[in-house]
Amino acid sequence: MATISVPDRPTRARGIQFAPPVRLIGIGLLVPLLGLAAWTVGARQGWVPPQILPAPQVVWDTFLELWQSGDLLANTLISLQRVLFGFAAGASLGLLLGTAMGLSRPFEAYASVLFTSLAQVPALGWIPLAMLLVGIGESLKLIIVAVGTLVPVAWNTRAGIRAVPSGWFEAASLWRYSRAQVVWHIVLPATVPQIFVGLRYGLGHAWLALVVVELLASSEGLGYLLVWGRQMFQLDVVIATMAVIGAIGFALDAALAAIERRLQRWQVASP
Amino acid sequence: MTATRQRRLDWRGLVPVVVLLAAWEAISRSGLTDTRIVPPLEGLVGLLGTEVAEKSLLGNLAASIVRDLSGFALGASLGVVGGILLGLSPLASALLRPSFDVFRQIALFAWIPLIAMWFGIGEASKIVFVALAAFTPTLINTVEGTRSASATLVEVGALLRYRRSQMLLAIYLPAALPSILTGVHLALIQSWLATIGAEYFMTAGPGIGTLIIEGRDRFQMGQTVLGMILIGAVGFLLNRIARAAENRLLRWRTA
Repeated sequence: MATISVPDRPTRARGIQFAPPVRLIGIGLLVPLLGLAAWTVGARQGWVPPQILPAPQVVWDTFLELWQSGDLLANTLISLQRVLFGFAAGASLGLLLGTAMGLSRPFEAYASVLFTSLAQVPALGWIPLAMLLVGIGESLKLIIVAVGTLVPVAWNTRAGIRAVPSGWFEAASLWRYSRAQVVWHIVLPATVPQIFVGLRYGLGHAWLALVVVELLASSEGLGYLLVWGRQMFQLDVVIATMAVIGAIGFALDAALAAIERRLQRWQVASP
Repeated sequence: MTATRQRRLDWRGLVPVVVLLAAWEAISRSGLTDTRIVPPLEGLVGLLGTEVAEKSLLGNLAASIVRDLSGFALGASLGVVGGILLGLSPLASALLRPSFDVFRQIALFAWIPLIAMWFGIGEASKIVFVALAAFTPTLINTVEGTRSASATLVEVGALLRYRRSQMLLAIYLPAALPSILTGVHLALIQSWLATIGAEYFMTAGPGIGTLIIEGRDRFQMGQTVLGMILIGAVGFLLNRIARAAENRLLRWRTA
């Protein structure tokens, strides 16, 4: 699980580092436009049956219809609420656990075997067990989203604390800092960047876990809308919902990235 | 690094595990809960025996792993090829990268209904989905790696009048290898996740995911827990194997 929270990091900064020359940016639209044209013509000529791929116009109309009827907004709000509550619960627990494991060697010695073993099972794997234990109500979604969030947050918090140079702790003990002062003045400022890495992964995992749990067991939310669309053989609903899921996933990550940048500026300002 | 230092098992780590198992056993024996929901531990071990002997647990496991690796091989190789193309050609990158970046915003599992409608709920759908899961991280990291080739080396290659294939094999690929391996490693983890997810939703055919869902439908907690343990164990092993392979393949860098 530790490795899950490490690798795709390089992806974040890439857009800035390797921006294509300006004259090439426009042609990025070429492929989507051609695709859209082919899709439109294909649907009109009946090359693909609407059950396989409905015309773009149909998808757009469905999107508007879902929006105007309020269904889309209602389901989106439910999903967002679930992900935020689950994320808040998972992130707080993860921070607590990670901080405890990072600060106290004895605590880590007791907790790490259990934590590491449980962390091997992804949030997805906990769904059927949680369904047996708590049913398919609201608490199921909360638990699964929280589990998805907890692991990367705890892991990165612990790693961040471990990376604090031991000399700083020695200095703190010379100054007779209390434990609270150590955490507040030394550990926290030094680990904020790493904690944010964990939070960002946590939010990504939370969103993914929510979509899965809503697909499997829900009667509302965006995941449910996907399942419903599929059962009704209405691919227009499925595609419109996928677009919303993508947009929210992007917005959630962008929001945390923005906060992260702010905090990093603060870090540079006061070393 | 810390992992190697802590490799030796600390007995204290076993305390909460034992406490948890004891609590489980106590709850199960107290008769307060249905033994199907909280089966006694010896029942779990017995279940493992009967599952292996009679109900082809190993067959389910093998089916999942084969599915996982087929999808992974397909997705990761497409990812590497696509990544090299996008990494080396600014034109290809400008044409395709924006579309790719838009599509990868969609949470992986949200593709399942669409893929199921396009490819049915059989093996093809599952493999396509697993391949999709493996494709994205491989492509991203391969592009990253290919572009990290040192400009000086590329100039040397140009001076030596290397052909395109020589440039690729002698300069770009060695430079990209660490990054490609990171992508492949991530892809391996993602595809295992995708395999389980695909089996949850497309329950036709054997598989660990199918086994778990079946356990839930029949209120057989034992079967579900057994399946979870297997998911964790396989994920752990895949991760270990990938890490070992990575270290081995990159040994030349430090030597």
